Amino acid sequence: MKTNPFLIAFAVLTFAFLIGPLIIIIGTSLSDTTYLTFPPQGISLRWYENIFEISAFRRTMVTSFLLAVGGTALSMLIGIPAAYAMARYRYELPAILGNIYVLPILIPEIVLGFSLMKSVAVGMDFPIMAALLVGHALLVLPYCVRVVGASLNAFDFSIEEAAVSLGCPRWKAFFTVVLPNVRAGIIAGFILAFITSLNDVSISIFLTGPGVSTLPIQLLAHMEQFFDPTIASVSVLLMFVTVGVMAIVERTLGLTFLTK
Amino acid sequence: MTVSLTLSGITAHYGTTKVLEDLDLHVNEGELVSLLGSSGCGKTTTLRLVAGFLEPTTGTIQLGERDLTRLPAHARNIGLVFQTYALFPHLTVRDNVAFGLKQRGIGAAERRKRAETMIDRVGLTDFADRHPANLSGGQRQRVALARALVIEPPLLMFDEPLSNLDAKLRVDMRVEIRRLQQANGTTALYVTHDQEEAFSISDRVAIMNAGKIMQLDTPEVLYSRPANTFVADFVGFENMIPLRAVAEAGDAVRAEMPGGAILTLPKSQFTVPSKDFILATRPEGLLAAQSGEGIPTTLGLRTYLGRAYQYQCDTPAGEVKANGPLAQPFDSGTQAVLIPQPEQCCLLSA
Repeated sequence: MKTNPFLIAFAVLTFAFLIGPLIIIIGTSLSDTTYLTFPPQGISLRWYENIFEISAFRRTMVTSFLLAVGGTALSMLIGIPAAYAMARYRYELPAILGNIYVLPILIPEIVLGFSLMKSVAVGMDFPIMAALLVGHALLVLPYCVRVVGASLNAFDFSIEEAAVSLGCPRWKAFFTVVLPNVRAGIIAGFILAFITSLNDVSISIFLTGPGVSTLPIQLLAHMEQFFDPTIASVSVLLMFVTVGVMAIVERTLGLTFLTK
Repeated sequence: MTVSLTLSGITAHYGTTKVLEDLDLHVNEGELVSLLGSSGCGKTTTLRLVAGFLEPTTGTIQLGERDLTRLPAHARNIGLVFQTYALFPHLTVRDNVAFGLKQRGIGAAERRKRAETMIDRVGLTDFADRHPANLSGGQRQRVALARALVIEPPLLMFDEPLSNLDAKLRVDMRVEIRRLQQANGTTALYVTHDQEEAFSISDRVAIMNAGKIMQLDTPEVLYSRPANTFVADFVGFENMIPLRAVAEAGDAVRAEMPGGAILTLPKSQFTVPSKDFILATRPEGLLAAQSGEGIPTTLGLRTYLGRAYQYQCDTPAGEVKANGPLAQPFDSGTQAVLIPQPEQCCLLSA
């Protein structure tokens, strides 16, 4: 095979830009200095220990995790029935409905965050955690609807009718026949949504308040005061959680599913 | 348990579009009736109404003594076989077949026994532990059949069950369907757009068009004695020649064609239904000959069919297709007559 040297250089550069920051962050997080530096000077795990010594990190980690699980679950509760209805009645329902569910992706997150603050947090006086939960559910809703919807669009609804004809009531057929066959889509949607929620700053920043914060926001706050490698080690930790989650997906479903 | 199915005065709409109009249909006990027609004629709608996936605007559906009209689909106890097989992809063949039994609250051991007996009857014993994805099209359809039969439904319904199979398998499967249906004496409704398929396995066939049944009769009658021009055209009476009875001449009726030519039809062979009528024939119902009592024509393009020659003929009533004997090929442009063959012709009221 003939290779174009320009093409090779371009590919190498692309990968360098993709992987470079990860290497820098990992290196920085291991540095034995009190400031961020690369290449690391001395090797130490003390900044990893530091994460768990700072109570704000511990607290926000729990908050972020609960938000990601709760927000995604809430959005699945809305998203799965919505995706089901849009796939099942795709000829009866107006096509614009599907686009409405993608709006949270199209609207700049800052705007979404601001309007949520005005309406939910201030207007309706929601407690902070509840407002965050609503915000995150809204943020990840497009992923749930789209990914589960892709599975449902590939689902042959005569299978559901077959179950009904065999004596299974429709609500039961939904759980025993429809859901098991779009399981892959639900898992993939859950993971995408989970990661999106876990990494979110723009919406959370408007909805967090006294005593309640999320991990990414705590990272920002920490960096404003200290310039130590803790943020690098938190980043590495988040990275490994994400990689771990992706590895589970890859193992159980194959990553190709996400690109479908 | 053998019951009859009766649809009376069924009208159905999709949104504001009327798809069925005042449809009456009666399927006798143990009978297999096909609904035959092109897409959009209402045959699948009829089946979905009986299944309970659609509600009629007016009319009633009765299965034996039971009124199904407002009964939810899952309570109707009808075995359905789908065009796409619609097997449960996440279940094994055995669990697919046992699904209906499970819904009926039958215990696991009994369920397994009955499912396996049925799987054996459709010849899939070695495949009971497989998932549908690992089966061929024909095997999948057998599973679908077993799944519908195992609940011992009083009514079986088929929605184009063979259209995803190749030609050879289609013939084998339809024989199998007929065999199993007859063995159980189950009343059956069969939807298809394939005339050969419908005619070969049905006791009676309903030919449908635009939401109405055009004719419901045995395949033999439909094939030889269509009741109207639609059915005649559907079963291959390609030539439609409008005629007007103008005079009686002894034991024959003299009829005038457009263009003024006169055709004499012996009363012993043809029954003229009304003053204005249509002579419908298959190509083999018009015999091209040098002379005789028939329709004057100029023979056009000749094609070879193996059993006969076929001619595109220009007549005063328009272009028609006629067959001629192999022994005597005519050239294009030959003046000839087309003699109606009574057994391949049909006179319909205009």
